Amino acid sequence: MLEIKNLHVELEEEDKQILKGVNLTVEAGKVHAIMGPNGSGKSTLSYVLAGRDGYEVTEGSATLEGEDLLDLDPEERASLGLFMAFQYPVEIPGVGNMTFLRTAVNAQRKARGEDEMSATEFLKEIRAKAKELQIDAEMLKRPVNVGFSGGEKKRNEILQMAMLAPKMCILDETDSGLDVDAMKLVADGVNALRDEGRGFLVITHYQRLLNHIKPDVVHIMSNGRIVKTGGPELALEVEENGYGGILAEAV
Amino acid sequence: MAMAQAKLDATDARLATLSLPTGGWAEAARRDALTRVQATGLPGRRDEYWKYTRPDMLTAATAAEAAIFDADEAPVFGEVDQLKLVFVDGVFDAAASDDLALDHVRIERLAEAGSADIHWARDLYGTLEIAGQTPVVRPLAALNTAFATDGVLIHVTGAAPKPIALVYHHSDPKSDVMLHHVIRMDAGAELTLLESGPVAARCNMVMEIDVADSAAFNHVRVQGRDHERQAATHIFARLGQESRFKSFTMTANGVMTRNECVIELTGDDASAHVAGACMGDGDFLHDDTVFITHDALNCESRQVFKKVLRNGATGVFQGKILVKAGAQKTDGYQISQSLLLDEDSQFLAKPELEIYADDVACSHGSTSGAIDEDALFYLRARGVPHGIATDLLTLSFLAEAVEEIEDAGLAEEIVTRMEAWLARRRG
Repeated sequence: MLEIKNLHVELEEEDKQILKGVNLTVEAGKVHAIMGPNGSGKSTLSYVLAGRDGYEVTEGSATLEGEDLLDLDPEERASLGLFMAFQYPVEIPGVGNMTFLRTAVNAQRKARGEDEMSATEFLKEIRAKAKELQIDAEMLKRPVNVGFSGGEKKRNEILQMAMLAPKMCILDETDSGLDVDAMKLVADGVNALRDEGRGFLVITHYQRLLNHIKPDVVHIMSNGRIVKTGGPELALEVEENGYGGILAEAV
Repeated sequence: MAMAQAKLDATDARLATLSLPTGGWAEAARRDALTRVQATGLPGRRDEYWKYTRPDMLTAATAAEAAIFDADEAPVFGEVDQLKLVFVDGVFDAAASDDLALDHVRIERLAEAGSADIHWARDLYGTLEIAGQTPVVRPLAALNTAFATDGVLIHVTGAAPKPIALVYHHSDPKSDVMLHHVIRMDAGAELTLLESGPVAARCNMVMEIDVADSAAFNHVRVQGRDHERQAATHIFARLGQESRFKSFTMTANGVMTRNECVIELTGDDASAHVAGACMGDGDFLHDDTVFITHDALNCESRQVFKKVLRNGATGVFQGKILVKAGAQKTDGYQISQSLLLDEDSQFLAKPELEIYADDVACSHGSTSGAIDEDALFYLRARGVPHGIATDLLTLSFLAEAVEEIEDAGLAEEIVTRMEAWLARRRG
């Protein structure tokens, strides 16, 4: 599904290398987790994959189902089926949540040469999905993320994910700022979307999210590289011993 | 100080093209206004309140021609249940207008009612305009009071059952028009007034509104989309106790638009909201000049002005809140912001507060900015193409002004027009 090979990335403005040769393959139907200390390059990896400005890829490649991602605009990547749940979802006053989502859904459909979703069809679907995430009708009408609590913003991200039905989902520290109940709700939303045709890359600082979203593979990232890969037990090891031991061992 | 010769010459040249309507109850006010124009002269480039906007086009002896705008959209507010009053190049068109009868409302033409000797409008015509000349002179408004040839006189005694819509048509590329409307809202009266359409090649508009105690006046205006118009508009309002005044203006295009709004809150617990959203592309100058005077207890005022500028367009905002001594518990808010869609456009702002009471809350802010890159990336990451994402964020920027429109249906229509304006320019 997602294949990253020897990816080297610099910050455009600072001439500073952040990713120093990332290799990673996420298969369809699998959940991969990336853990790592602050500054290891986890969020940079997600931004580079989603197509944010300000980064320069100096070496390596990233493909989604064989399509080169790195030359595409963010919206083209999204239409190919890439989705990133933001660590800090942006507030957009004056643009209704529903208007925004319908615009996004139909823009992607149009880009893929599919028919646009009718207003009634969209409404029916969004209502059903919002209900599962305990997002009320009022929240759907409000401007995008404006006045939402941290938990509401993250649930809104998952709602967008559910409506856009991507092939490859990247969750960038989706657990940050969430209490236990909110995290469970978000995890349930993600778990409901797990299926054979869809890959997940869950970026997190802490193991606790992985209690709710059970990964198939866990990677430890440090200093711009993946330094260790293992099963779910690797996350537990981090939880117990911190990153210190693992990183010392990897070097 | 003697008037500069250039200003005197320009004023004389302009006055030479006009003739004062005579007879009837308005004549005294007209003569007085003419005397005032002669005393102050028409605005010049060196006047403090014309520092950012060159008045030349508005004061020239004759108007520059303006091409007739070929409307490719349905008329604004066309679907609203309304009483329609049509002006073609500044002349009332009875055939195109609805019957003037409306419950709790009396509507007359200035051009006809003006010949009577006694009329209720006599107490207001030019009166609010004069009050609005202190401390800042507005000679174009005085010029209008002297020479306006038509307009409507609206007396509202209760809740008007539907909006009155002033619809303007421009059919002569050389038309140079002065319209003067007077609106008297009796205690407890309610009215929504709509204005739309290109008025003329050049227009000078004055609207005087007396809002008595507990009355509510709602105004929604759409200027444009004629590109070559030169417009100077003035609103003068006086607000009684517990009255409410709301005015929103959307402006699209126009080489020269100066919208002045002068409001005096004279009764306790009154509220005045003035908002504007303008969109300019290329040869465009749009100036909002607002002066709100608080002269009573516990009054609220809001000024919300947003300008979207591209391809070298210029936006100007001069907004003032004056809180007089004794106007305690005043709640004043003023925000003026521009969204510059490229580096060639500019926004010039002069926010002012002048406060002589000690128990008030007044805030003002003015910003200029570009599209927020984080928000743009967020939308694009969801699959929204760059152009549409930029438009959504532009509408987001304008939203605070649009939210000042009370009626949801009217607000929706305004947003639809804004969307269309942006979509026509989408790359």
